[in-house]
Amino acid sequence: MTPLARKRLGKILLNAAGVVVFLYAAFPVYWMVSTGFKENDQIFTTEFIPFPTHFTFEHFAKVLTEGVANNSIWLYMRNSAIVALGTVFIGSAFALLSATAIARFRFKGRSVFLVVLLIVQMLPAEGLLIPLYMMVKRVGLGDQLIGLIVTQVALTLPFGVWMLRTFVAAVPKTLEEAAWIDGASRMTTFWRVLFPLVAPGLVATSIFSFITAWNDLVFALYLMSGSEGYTMPVALQYFFGQKGVEWGAIMAGSTLMTLPVVAFFLLVQRRMVSGLVAGAVKG
Amino acid sequence: MADTTTVTPGGGSSPAPGNRRDKSSGRVRTRGLPDWSIPYVLLVPGLLVIAGLLLYPMFQLGVMAFQRVGLAQVRGTRPAEWVGLENFERVLGNEIFWSALRNTVVFAFVAVSLTLIVGTAVGVLLHRLGKKMSLFVVIGCMFAWAVPPVAQGVIWRSLFDAEAGIVNWALNLLPDWLAAPPDGQPSWTGTPWLNDTPGLYTALVVCVVWAGFPFIAVSVLAGLKGIPTELYEAARVDGSGPWRTFRKITLPLLKPVFAVLTVLSIIWDFKVFSQLYVLMNGPTNRDGFNLSMYAVAEAFRPPQKLGTGAAISVVLTIILLVVTVVYVRQIVKQEEM
Repeated sequence: MTPLARKRLGKILLNAAGVVVFLYAAFPVYWMVSTGFKENDQIFTTEFIPFPTHFTFEHFAKVLTEGVANNSIWLYMRNSAIVALGTVFIGSAFALLSATAIARFRFKGRSVFLVVLLIVQMLPAEGLLIPLYMMVKRVGLGDQLIGLIVTQVALTLPFGVWMLRTFVAAVPKTLEEAAWIDGASRMTTFWRVLFPLVAPGLVATSIFSFITAWNDLVFALYLMSGSEGYTMPVALQYFFGQKGVEWGAIMAGSTLMTLPVVAFFLLVQRRMVSGLVAGAVKG
Repeated sequence: MADTTTVTPGGGSSPAPGNRRDKSSGRVRTRGLPDWSIPYVLLVPGLLVIAGLLLYPMFQLGVMAFQRVGLAQVRGTRPAEWVGLENFERVLGNEIFWSALRNTVVFAFVAVSLTLIVGTAVGVLLHRLGKKMSLFVVIGCMFAWAVPPVAQGVIWRSLFDAEAGIVNWALNLLPDWLAAPPDGQPSWTGTPWLNDTPGLYTALVVCVVWAGFPFIAVSVLAGLKGIPTELYEAARVDGSGPWRTFRKITLPLLKPVFAVLTVLSIIWDFKVFSQLYVLMNGPTNRDGFNLSMYAVAEAFRPPQKLGTGAAISVVLTIILLVVTVVYVRQIVKQEEM
């Protein structure tokens, strides 16, 4: 084989491997979406049916009207959205303040705070759930979405601060100094100079918090006892009923739950990597 | 010139000249604060959340592990009763704890190894692919990465379904010498993967590796892009083959990346919950519990035993803290904080 032919063969093999990886990653997602559009006799079969030959919207219609556990999926989507957006608004404001403090100031206790941040973001949520469950019940926020929001703010804040701090640090200090010399106050400097420049980072951090709160199962599962307060991840469990699994409906529901996450994810994934791996990746 | 050094953003140590005061009325309060206090004021909300909703509950968890906490205590009608080491004795004397610990550790070991191997291979592949092809594969990976854990569980539960699952269908296609059907069955169809612990954890490993490899791949790709190409050129000139180049150049330079990725994967896989919850259909099959599932099941399934659940969580948290220390050391070493 000539070197040129060998090189070409290598390239073909590489691209083939790329296609295999693409299929491996994307096929299960495709399977979820396509099953949501299949008729039941194409779902409950030992045959492999890659494409729904008869498209049907019956499953999507069913989850949106009849729903599950006495409520339409809309209600659970709405609950999930309230929790996720509430977490984002409270969490981002807090995270921005803390991130500004550690990125812009040198103060006593700063490095301790940073180490505490790193440690608490690794604590197991299932462990925190037990004492937080007691606290939330005691203060009368059990069964209320606000109780869920509070726990999600706590779970997302450490990573939010950690991620946002690099964005604040990336804004050149000279810009703020210039504003300061021109007579702007601290508040004006913050809102007019720092805030607009950090906004992209704030969006990235917010999306991360949104996804975390949107995906949470275990807190919603045990803090909310009435079905009116269920979020999507909890509601989906009720499709696995005693009478067998309604695969069409559950795939339609899963698809609806996955859509916003995929959309946000495509926007934010680069930042996620840099936030988690921090200085380990230089590039 | 000494004066210019005192001008710092958002909080210079020089007293503001009086003529600035009338520019805006809303800044009287900020201006009144001494400079040293500004960062602390900014930290107040964050500190309150971290102290009140993370550190204090962790302390509470430790306390509850030594108490009997049931429904009456949740309602606040009776105070928690101090029981000493009883919870730990009960947990450590229970077979379920040991099988849950074994499931957790074996699962984490297998899942972390496979995720790292697959992720690294894909990262290297992405680095060598052309620009368009690379983007195409990355987008595919994004889908797997973005699926919420509960939906991941749903997807793989359907793929591993005994009757209609693709996994059994695919195994039937393979020749018998490669994948013979289980004893006494003419074909794979009807094999209930999720009913026994080995099958359940096989599905969980496949699910978690599938969802976890894209993060590793993208991180490794970012690391590879940071390695100067001259190193590879020099290696090629010196006659080094691809495997040798990978071992002698790529791996050592990516060591810090791998250290962080390994620790993160261990932490994530140790506390996997949602996927297992869906695959095993809630905390039903006690043999299939891992530590988080066992803790939650003890704490919340009636009769509620929050104290026992807390004791199990304490064990899990201690294991995770040990791993976290390695992560923190790694980050502190690499990063100028």
